[in-house]
Amino acid sequence: MSVPRYWRKQLNRYNLKGSKCETCGRHFFPPRGLCPECRRDGKIVDCEFSGNGTVRTFSIIRTASSDYDIQTPYPLAIIELDEGTCMTAQVICEPEEIHIGMKVKRVFRRIIAEGNGGVIVYGTKFVPA
Amino acid sequence: MVGIITYGAYIPRYRIKTEEIARVWGANGAEIAAGLGVKEKSVPDLDEDTITMSVEAARSALARRDIPRDAIGAIYVGSESHPYAVKPSSATVGEAICATPVMTAADYEFACKAGTAAIQTCMGLVKSGMVKYGCAIGADTAQGAPGDALEYTASAGGAAFFIGNDNPIAEINHTCSYTSDTPDFWRREGQTYPSHGGRFSGDPAYFKHVQGAAHLMMEQMGTTPSDYDYAIFHQPNAKFPRKVAAMLGFTSTQIKPGLAVPRLGNTYSGAVPIGISATLDIAKPGDHIFVTSYGSGAGSDAFDITVTDAIESDVFNRSAAPTVEELLANGKYLDYALYAKHKGKIVMQ
Repeated sequence: MSVPRYWRKQLNRYNLKGSKCETCGRHFFPPRGLCPECRRDGKIVDCEFSGNGTVRTFSIIRTASSDYDIQTPYPLAIIELDEGTCMTAQVICEPEEIHIGMKVKRVFRRIIAEGNGGVIVYGTKFVPA
Repeated sequence: MVGIITYGAYIPRYRIKTEEIARVWGANGAEIAAGLGVKEKSVPDLDEDTITMSVEAARSALARRDIPRDAIGAIYVGSESHPYAVKPSSATVGEAICATPVMTAADYEFACKAGTAAIQTCMGLVKSGMVKYGCAIGADTAQGAPGDALEYTASAGGAAFFIGNDNPIAEINHTCSYTSDTPDFWRREGQTYPSHGGRFSGDPAYFKHVQGAAHLMMEQMGTTPSDYDYAIFHQPNAKFPRKVAAMLGFTSTQIKPGLAVPRLGNTYSGAVPIGISATLDIAKPGDHIFVTSYGSGAGSDAFDITVTDAIESDVFNRSAAPTVEELLANGKYLDYALYAKHKGKIVMQ
């Protein structure tokens, strides 16, 4: 990922900053500028998610790209945040520990380091709550 | 008066026992563990570093007491293991706790006392009225070369303190320092692991500077060891702080709550900050706390602290974040091979 591209998403990755439609109450992560339900009647505002959620489904990654290879096997999950929207993130626990319905909370971790000399990308992962 | 507004600590969940490290190097583990007074140490996860631990510690502090992010005017992160040689850890911490952009930030390095140097800087900024709140963090993923004596203790963890003068949970009555050019421990640019002067790190380094700052503090405050309820000293192992406490006239009861090293190891810049956190976890209003850090190279910072009623008031929720005792519990043990992988000691092609 290019440095500017990572930097543009930084606030969302660090603090789960998304958006919500004040007309229908739906939350979005990553943020949306337009509510797909309310369309022009929607009023989109910024919001920060609490970081608490539930594992809806997951997969155990056993073969990863080289940057993530050292962490295998690791669980990658779709997490439903308490505010109602879903996001994909790594859950830091043993593969046999994760299960659907598991309560999780956010933590701040390294996502990827581009070799020994490249940029280090930080962001949100989850741990069992 | 200037003091600690809130605090938080962070310790990774992984551990390795002293005996497991000794097994690999053919040493007597029980003898080493007894000699150092360190049974096990914390190990960072594969995706943890000084920045991630600093953010977690700062977020724990803010969970205990929510302060306006735009009132945080300074962030200083003290560490020997900043992930970047050039790019501030403190700016990332500021972004992650939503304190940016109207703030100053810098990374500190003074071996194991960079965290307490950060507290002193924040005290100065608050006292002078330059900032309302300053954030001082001491954290490290400590390095020790494979097979070196440091490997038995070099661990990971840190703590964050928000300093201000608006109803602090603990007032910092006074601080003073004692510094000299003493080459007892160093790491040259580009080197992965530090070097040290072996036994030279004892008398002319640790003991001289810790005693120097401690005596200076008691002289300037007109106090004696019996005036304090608790004392925290830098803890590279359990032997040094116990010995210096006895030399100064402090009892084992006074240093016990803040002595995390037997189960944590030496978190370098995080050591005294975690010791202060562990003591504040159990402190009551009116408790008088004595603190002396130590950083090789060499220097010590001393603090005289009095816990206030605010620690048990509605403005502060101590149970909103884990205590040091809770962070130390339920560790997940690694063997040496997994430990080497976690610490990046295995070179992968």
